[in-house]
Amino acid sequence: MRIWKSVFPAPIAPRTERERKRVVLNHLLIHMRPVRVPERTLPFRHTFGLGGMAATLVGLLVLTGVLLMFVYEPSPDRAYASIQSLRREVRFGGLVRNVHYWSANLLVVITFFHLLRTFFTGAFHGARQFNWVLGVLLLLVVLAANFTGYLLPWDQLSFWAITIVTGMLDYVPLIGDGLVRVARGGAEIGAATLINFYTFHTTVIPVTLVGLMAFHFWRVRKAGGVVIPLEPDDDPEARPATTLFVPSLLLREFVTGLALVALVMVLAVAVDAGLGVPANPGMSPNPAKAPWYFLGLQELLLHFHPTWAVVVLPGLALLGLLAIPYLRYEEPLEGRWFVSETGRSLAVAGALAALALTPLWVLLDEYVTRWSEWLGGLPPGLAEGLVPAMVALGLTWAVIRLAGRQYGGNRQEILQAGFAFLATALVILTAVGVWFRGEGMALTWPWAP
Amino acid sequence: MVDRRDVRPESGDLDTSRRSFLSRLWLGLGGLALAEYLWLTVEFLRPRKGPREEAGVLVAGPVDRFDPGSVTAFPAGRFYLTRLTDGGFLAVSRECTHLGCTVPWMADESQFVCPCHSSAYDIRGDVINPPAPRALDLHPVRIENGIVKVDTARTVKRSHFEASQVARA
Repeated sequence: MRIWKSVFPAPIAPRTERERKRVVLNHLLIHMRPVRVPERTLPFRHTFGLGGMAATLVGLLVLTGVLLMFVYEPSPDRAYASIQSLRREVRFGGLVRNVHYWSANLLVVITFFHLLRTFFTGAFHGARQFNWVLGVLLLLVVLAANFTGYLLPWDQLSFWAITIVTGMLDYVPLIGDGLVRVARGGAEIGAATLINFYTFHTTVIPVTLVGLMAFHFWRVRKAGGVVIPLEPDDDPEARPATTLFVPSLLLREFVTGLALVALVMVLAVAVDAGLGVPANPGMSPNPAKAPWYFLGLQELLLHFHPTWAVVVLPGLALLGLLAIPYLRYEEPLEGRWFVSETGRSLAVAGALAALALTPLWVLLDEYVTRWSEWLGGLPPGLAEGLVPAMVALGLTWAVIRLAGRQYGGNRQEILQAGFAFLATALVILTAVGVWFRGEGMALTWPWAP
Repeated sequence: MVDRRDVRPESGDLDTSRRSFLSRLWLGLGGLALAEYLWLTVEFLRPRKGPREEAGVLVAGPVDRFDPGSVTAFPAGRFYLTRLTDGGFLAVSRECTHLGCTVPWMADESQFVCPCHSSAYDIRGDVINPPAPRALDLHPVRIENGIVKVDTARTVKRSHFEASQVARA
């Protein structure tokens, strides 16, 4: 009993309020959490538990990733065969790989939703400014983790997806050629690429990810927890009513995590990650597509000059994303979804405009627009790049202005229209790339043979 | 981060006590160690020579083995040796200039067609159909004593076909 107490100073099953507080203070993992949390932040629909979900998925990815490392052999000769033997010979091998696969893909989706939630509840002011930047970095690390993992099965799908995405780097002005060679570890994708990707995927990226996550969580604590949803007539100075972390929030988080794990398990059992035919550098499949989360980027390539599609537009988007907390607002509005009814109308207007305009743009570009012919004489960088990009940016601006004129609103509320517009456009472009592009990347129906 | 110049005593603040000098020195050395490790990382990630570049010069065969107007694939060198109708040779890379897919030769259409995004090139590697932004890359061809040799270690980028790119016996 004496030894037990020295190992576990806190009660395992706390019964009184005092014991519950002691759990938080004396438990290695739980002591990162506050003793008390504001009651208002508890309802699920305030945050949807997205940050916790992302952390849960990272946990699953680490657990399954370590297991996979026991079996996987990162060389072009052995990679494909080792996955085959994982599926055939290792008990639960296929299941563990599927859990890894589904957790990774869901993590991209959940991280994106988490970004949307944070933006639309205005949780990027004051103490949260830099944490927004950390969140954007985390999104990039999650994408890097997914992308480096995509090559490892070494089947046709993975080989050519990585070929295409690394090939996009060739369009970076001046240094593009060198970038491609660094990304591939040589002139073409081969053993050097595989071992580089594997090492990044299993060491550098996970360590960076977990380190940034710790930083991210700590900053949330420093900001006093998640944003508190205040109603307009609430006194912002009043101390919010609080409740104990154990059990109120801990149980909610635990239930959310369990439900998510259950969902991942169902997906892993029902939908197999699959393994195509082995990579053949001599034969490209038709069509060859990037991983789904980069298909929005590949779709841009079909509509803009490569330098604009690969460098300028994504660069502007990233800069804009990073700038959001540092723009000047009349007043920092935070806590409520869409911060106000006006904000909600503006966000919906932006999303609806993108829902109409993005497919229209894709269709026009496929069947009508001939920038180079119309602007004969202009170099392609202008005719296919600058001009259409200016038209697209002008459209975005017009949507924001029109929505602002219609509904009024302050800067933050109007910014929501623009953000909703661009986020929806990205989702639509990605969906077009995933489901509506067939042979030779021509438009087609998803159900076409 | 401490400016590296501060590590040298002669350029530091004259009032700096020995203690603060030493702590700056440690900081500077720490920064130096970090920089060294970053340098090592860059060196280890520097692109290495692939099998094709290692191979160097590939001996394709005697000139008269290749008919004018023919295209012969050399999978080991990842290129096609094309002989133009006038008898000249080009070693055309099989890597599409759009996003790097491998382009097969369609003999019945007399063109290279990229399966990924439908770019098409003629026998000289010139673009017939976008999205390819420029002609297929070339490897230098030499013809010595009637033997065609291709230097696969070197890759020549070009925007379009020019007569000077053709090697002749």
